[in-house]
This record gives sequence, structure tokens and C-alpha cells, in this order.
Amino acid sequence: MPKHPIYMDNNSTTRCDPRVVEAMLPYFTEKFGNAASRSHAFGWEAEAAVEEAREQIAAVFNAGPKEIIFTSGATESNNLAIKGVAAMYKKKGNHIVTQATEHKAVLDTCKRLERDGFQVTYLPVDKYGQVHAEQVREAITDKTILVSIMAANNEIGTVMPIQAIGKLCKEKGVLFHTDAVQAVGKIPLDVEAMGIDLLSLTAHKVYGPKGVGALYVRKKDPRVRLEPQIDGGGHERGMRSGTLPVPMIVGLGTACDLARREMPEESARTFRLREKLRTGIMGKLPETYLNGHPTERLPGNANISFAYVEGEGLMMGIKDVAVSSGSACTSASLEPSYVLRALGVGDELAHSSIRFGIGRFNTETEVDAVVDLVTREVSRLREMSPLFELVQQGVDLKTIEWAAH
Amino acid sequence: MPYSDKVLEHYNNPRNVGSLDVKDAAVGTGLVGAPECGDVMKLQIKVNPATGVIEDARFKTFGCGSAIASSSLATEWLKGKTVDEALDIKNTQIVEELALPPVKVHCSVLAEDAIKAAIKNYQEKQEVVEAREPAAVG
Repeated sequence: MPKHPIYMDNNSTTRCDPRVVEAMLPYFTEKFGNAASRSHAFGWEAEAAVEEAREQIAAVFNAGPKEIIFTSGATESNNLAIKGVAAMYKKKGNHIVTQATEHKAVLDTCKRLERDGFQVTYLPVDKYGQVHAEQVREAITDKTILVSIMAANNEIGTVMPIQAIGKLCKEKGVLFHTDAVQAVGKIPLDVEAMGIDLLSLTAHKVYGPKGVGALYVRKKDPRVRLEPQIDGGGHERGMRSGTLPVPMIVGLGTACDLARREMPEESARTFRLREKLRTGIMGKLPETYLNGHPTERLPGNANISFAYVEGEGLMMGIKDVAVSSGSACTSASLEPSYVLRALGVGDELAHSSIRFGIGRFNTETEVDAVVDLVTREVSRLREMSPLFELVQQGVDLKTIEWAAH
Repeated sequence: MPYSDKVLEHYNNPRNVGSLDVKDAAVGTGLVGAPECGDVMKLQIKVNPATGVIEDARFKTFGCGSAIASSSLATEWLKGKTVDEALDIKNTQIVEELALPPVKVHCSVLAEDAIKAAIKNYQEKQEVVEAREPAAVG
């Protein structure tokens, strides 16, 4: 057994790569200048580091360095992209198209805009969690100013057909934003080939520090304009004021550079480990279901429902493994994951789901240990489950009149 | 969310997991909760008809650690109590014993419901038995 605990929740956050930390360190101490100071060497040094980071980030998705706007993270990037476009283009139209399984940073931003008079279409997803370009085509009206569809889902790992959607948006002359937080460094992205106008990313999902992110804002064909959401010194082409956190930006730049260079091998490796985990668990345990798309999914993500076992109860049994559950037993609402619900996964199986997120630092030994532990615990909890017992007795659970509480 | 030591202890070493014969007249079965809510408890008691004392109690639970611990604790408390005494078990006592946080209070409520449902089932069975007996004699 490897040393405890095992971190397998890389869709939530990732450990900072030591190479990233090493690159950041001098910018806390000797290279502490303000990147906006034009009058001395301290400022020039900081500015040079920031410009290098812009290039490293832009190179990940074939953008130009001047198209990168630094933010505090993807939540801010999503807010800036959507609210910034809404405010800037409101004379042109008041309609936004997004989809049901977006991150709350997109959904709640859209909900706020609805209260301010905007119309938002939340497209449903299919059973794999995908939205299709045809749905977007049907939703676009002459009032549509923005389409916001994520590149890959954080819970179920499903990759969206963003190239088809981006192409359609170009055709219709509508701006296209994608929340690419989960996709950056995991799957190939290209803002030109995919017709992306705005792209959100964050450092801490790609082995960088928490508290820094970026928004790609297209400069030409078309030149995207945004109403700033934070006023001040006019940094970042006036789109996002605030002194740049140079060490964090160096961290984001280095993390992106490593991700770009190492993605082919790394994604192949995490995919292989993910498949070992998935087939290991699902081969040993009957009545387990993979949530999300079977093939078009992030290489490291496996979201599995274990029938007759509640997710939070299972997490307690595998407490030495850090994972997430779609069960919301801890929340006051008792409602399970809205993402799994949108796929049409029944509430019972949503409560039984566990998200495994394999990343750069996971090992094969860890995967083997997790397969053993999960198999053992699910079997133990099924022996303790009244639902499992009823099914063993041949009872169809749907015929029982449950008292919802 | 951190769990109390008592919840962990019951979760890791649950007491009285299992099933009693539902057809036995001395056995009362309660099945409460719903799979779509993420909690289902089955709680059973076996009562000595002569003394009215609960001689055995078993449970099976689909739910989080706190739900498993609440039902495990309930079976422990039920054994040796009379049916009337068992009806006095309150969810607040379970909350206190297991140091459940507010978001987990519903687990204790479900355990109390399960106790009440098992007793009700037992009592209904007794009424049927009593109703049948004179007929059998006659």
C-alpha cells in the first residue's frame, strides 16, 4: 500500500508542480518589482516575466500573447467574459446561449444577467453530457450576442464538440466563449481552428498556484471588446485593473509551458491509469456505471456510480483516498449533483457516484491500491444495504412506495 | 466534513447488521427513507411476546456514515428495552450521542422513524394474531 492519503481529486485542484514553485520563488524576493513600474529596472524585470508568461499561456491554444488578460482565476474570467460582453454588446442584443452542465461561475453569472433583463437559453445535454452544434444553431436568434459552452465538464469529464460550435458561431457572427479550465493541458485546444473568441483558464488545475487565472480575448477577426468589471489603474488593456501578481503569473506561465510540452505523454499516461482504474473497478464489481461519455472524455477522469451504495458513505470507507461524490448528503438541500441530473442519471445513482480524477502525480501503485480498496468497501457496504438485499430477493425497487423525506 | 469518533467507530464496526425473518410474528420491520434522497434504513426488532422486551434488533442502511452510525446505535439501544420504552427514543438523543452536526440531523430523524415504523409493524402483527386466535379456538 502506498503512503497515505492518496490524492485522486485532480479535477478539483492539483498539487503545484515543484518546477512551478521554483520558477515563482525569485519573484517574491529579489525580483519583487511592480510590472507597471516603467521607470526602473525592478519594474522592467517584472514586466519581462509577465510578458514571457503571456507567451507561454498563449502558446497552449495558438493565441497571441497580447490576447491574454490576467485574472484571479477562472471564476473571475468567466464573470468578465460573460458580463463584459453583455454590457459591451447590449445594444446589439440581449440573448445568451449556454448549457445546463456549465460550472456555477457561468450559470450564476447568467442568472444574474437574467435579473438585469437579459434572456438566457440553457441548452439540455444528452445522456453523455454533450450539447450539439445543431442545438446551438436552433437556439441562436437575431438578439444573440454570446454563446458560452465549456470545453470539458468538471464532474463527468465529457468533452464538448466546441470546434463545431465555434464554427457555427463564426457563421452566425456570434461571439463564442469557452470555459476551458478542465481542458487546458489535457486535450489539444486551438482558438483559431476552433473559432474561440474568449477562453477561461486557471492555474491550479494545471499544477500551478491557486489565485491566478487568465482570459483569452480575441484581438482580431473579430476584435472582442469587454466592459471591465473592476475599475482602477487601467491594467490589462483596460479590461482588468489591479496590480499584477507577478509570482503567481510566473507560476501560471510555467505551468502552461510544462503542460504544453508534456501533454502528449502525460495525457497518454493519465489515460492509461484511468482505464486501469475504470476496468479494474468495473470489472470486479457488478452494477457499476460510468457517468459521462465513454470515449470523448478527459483522459484522467472517471465518474462511476455504484448501485445500492451511497457516495458519501463510500467516501468514508475509502477515507485514505481523496475523491469527490455527486451525492449531496452534506448539503442542506439533499439534492444530488445537478450535472448528473442533467444527464438523466436517476437521483439514486447520482447519490451513488464517485469522481476519480487522475493527474500528473498519481502512480500505478496508487491506482492498484484504490481498485482494491474501492472493491472491498463497495462489497462491504452492499452487504449492509437494504436496497442490495431487496434486489437479491428479486424485488424491483421501483415497485416500492418510498416515503420521500 | 470531519466525523465524530463515535460516528467513525459505528461506521467501521457497525453493530447488528443483518436481517430477521419478516414473516415471524414476533418480528417488526420498518423500512424508511427513499433511494432518491440518498438514505434508506431497514430496522427490525424481535420482541418476546410474553415480556414485551425487544430481544434482538438488526439493521441495514443505504446512506452516509452518519446514517449508518445512527441506525447501528439505534439497534444497540433497542435491545433489552420494552416496546414502550423504545417508543421514547428521540432523535435528539442520537444527535447528542453521535455528536451529529446540523446537516446530519436528518439521519437521526430517519433512525427514529425507523424505530417507530418497526414497532408499528410489530404491533399491527399482534392485532392480527389476536384477532385470529378466538377464531382458531372456535
